[in-house]
Amino acid sequence: MDKMPKWADVVLIPLISLFLAALLSALVILGIGEDPVAAVKLMVDGALGSTYGWGYTLYYATNFMFTGLAVAIAAHAGLFNIGGEGQAMLGGLGVALVCLLIPWPHWTLALVFAALGAGLFGAAWAAIPAYLQAKRGSHIVITTIMFNFIAAAVLNYVLVNLLRPEGSMDPATERFPEAVHLPSLHELLAPIGIEFSKSAPANVSLLVAVGACLFVWLLIWRTPLGYEIRSLGKSEPGARYAGISSVRTIMIAMLISGALAGMMAVNNVMGEAERLVLNATEGAGFIGIAVALMGRNHPFGVFLAAILFGFLYQGGAELALWTSIPRELIVVIQALVILFTGALDNMVRMPLERIFLAMRKGQN
Amino acid sequence: MDFLTIIQLLDSTVRLATPLLLACLAGLFSERAGIFDIGLEGKMLMAAFFSAAVAAATGNVWLGLLAGIGSSLLLAGLHGVASITFRGNQLISGVAINFLAAGMTVLIAQDWFQQGGRTPSLIGGGRFTPFDLPFAESLSGVPVLGPVYSELLSGHSILVYIAFLAVPATWWVLFRTRFGLRLRAVGENPAAVDTAGVSVVGLRYAAVMICGLLCGIAGAYLATALQAGFVKDMTAGRGFIALAALIFAKWRPWHAMGACLLFGLLQAIALRFQNIELGGITIPVQAMDALPYVLTVVILAGFVGKAIPPRAGGEPYVKER
Repeated sequence: MDKMPKWADVVLIPLISLFLAALLSALVILGIGEDPVAAVKLMVDGALGSTYGWGYTLYYATNFMFTGLAVAIAAHAGLFNIGGEGQAMLGGLGVALVCLLIPWPHWTLALVFAALGAGLFGAAWAAIPAYLQAKRGSHIVITTIMFNFIAAAVLNYVLVNLLRPEGSMDPATERFPEAVHLPSLHELLAPIGIEFSKSAPANVSLLVAVGACLFVWLLIWRTPLGYEIRSLGKSEPGARYAGISSVRTIMIAMLISGALAGMMAVNNVMGEAERLVLNATEGAGFIGIAVALMGRNHPFGVFLAAILFGFLYQGGAELALWTSIPRELIVVIQALVILFTGALDNMVRMPLERIFLAMRKGQN
Repeated sequence: MDFLTIIQLLDSTVRLATPLLLACLAGLFSERAGIFDIGLEGKMLMAAFFSAAVAAATGNVWLGLLAGIGSSLLLAGLHGVASITFRGNQLISGVAINFLAAGMTVLIAQDWFQQGGRTPSLIGGGRFTPFDLPFAESLSGVPVLGPVYSELLSGHSILVYIAFLAVPATWWVLFRTRFGLRLRAVGENPAAVDTAGVSVVGLRYAAVMICGLLCGIAGAYLATALQAGFVKDMTAGRGFIALAALIFAKWRPWHAMGACLLFGLLQAIALRFQNIELGGITIPVQAMDALPYVLTVVILAGFVGKAIPPRAGGEPYVKER
């Protein structure tokens, strides 16, 4: 018998955790002498009050959907993939190589192959930690952290020594050719008569991200492979007893996870910057952890949480622009969300379980 | 490379290895007691800020050190509450602490000093000054050994000596005292410790707090001795290098010192030379940056002796009823 009804687990606990995180954030804003109500109003206006704001919110949300799904699918297999940042960096390299080396006739074709390249590079970066976990039992959290730092060094080397155009001081590739320009939401929505801001970076990769959410949902809950991944995550001895190969399942789950993290690069490298720069990921790989925790590792939850964090990101940028609150406020909010929905989950869960048990006893 | 260059290189190795060593020993206590800590970085960062901020405000570096240790202990306590009392995921708690420190330090610094998320530069009594060992001046004329003593061993901040003395102290506490035996036991088999009537929760909190204390000293060293003031993200991954060193040392104090000196040397080389020419092959500076992490992965992979973590590491202890 479950201690709690399912809706409490899926909806109530995340909402309470989110409320606690918001409350503490408000206290932090008060602490530095600003008005939390005015700050929230400014954030809502800046992030959701115009199609320009929405364009940025959705652009960030696209990044977070990919990295959130990456963390979520690994979590279903019982693995904590903290290496989304490094996998997304390598994904950027894949996108840059696809876009620069091949003269594409049209963006649609380029998008397909850039996504493939990004996924391939991201998956490759996840492959070694996955193999070491599956075969040699090295803790995947530590190896993926190490691979984040190695990825930063690799990217630094490649950008400074190999891909930097002649005569440029900036450690970045040259601009991608015009043919691989991805249509922005403005260009997509204009033909059907919807006016959308021209300067916002949200682009067609948003649809790819939504497709990825759908793909992960199908994979996890509607395929034998998804069943194997979930069984392994619930109990490794149980899965092994049922004839599921843990090595194979760990490898596949991590490769998909790495590929998803890598595909983020289609949005930020190909869709926005249109060249590969140093630190293109801007910590989105780590926000994926908060997004997956918040979304309870469910693709629909990840979708909603990604939009929430997109809003926080764009709203935070507006705050930094108009008030003296620095952008780092978002990092604090992100930390509080991770803390309450992840590490302190039991703090909310234990009293709630007691309340529900008491209520059930009262009924009988 | 002449003798003096080597001495200077080793001197900067000692300076750069000190924060790594303190953080590494901090992690050693925590992980030996079965509490994974990937929040070393965050605790160091928080301590770096508060030590620099209080030292700048009061002009007294010792008050700064205390404030740094206090802030680090606070985060350690949070990690303890999340991972011991509420039996939450220790790794997720560590991630949250890292972000909390990264955000809060800049937020408070901006509110306090209005200098774009940094503290004012520390001057005079706000910094740890070099500490001369006895006879350093008069012995400097002795060939070979003179410079080694007066340049390399003498003239560091007091915290450097504390860090290196912490190595035998850690070894003694962990392997020669009753507390140490119990602490190691709680990381291997907490149920056995509980059966013997010793509090698992108490021991684990003690370990987490020692970890906070050492991280606090490490952060204070960064901001008030190695550099003069706090700048945003000044730990720059040192907490993770310390974690790497801890695995590299297979959770043993003396080996931890060796690993930290090795990783400190790599940092010192990367700082001094950009690209190194070795017989026609150029080693890029990025390879130096990545080497500690690559070495750790190799060790983790078990190709050079297997690194086996404490057995109960990362698992919350639930008492049987």
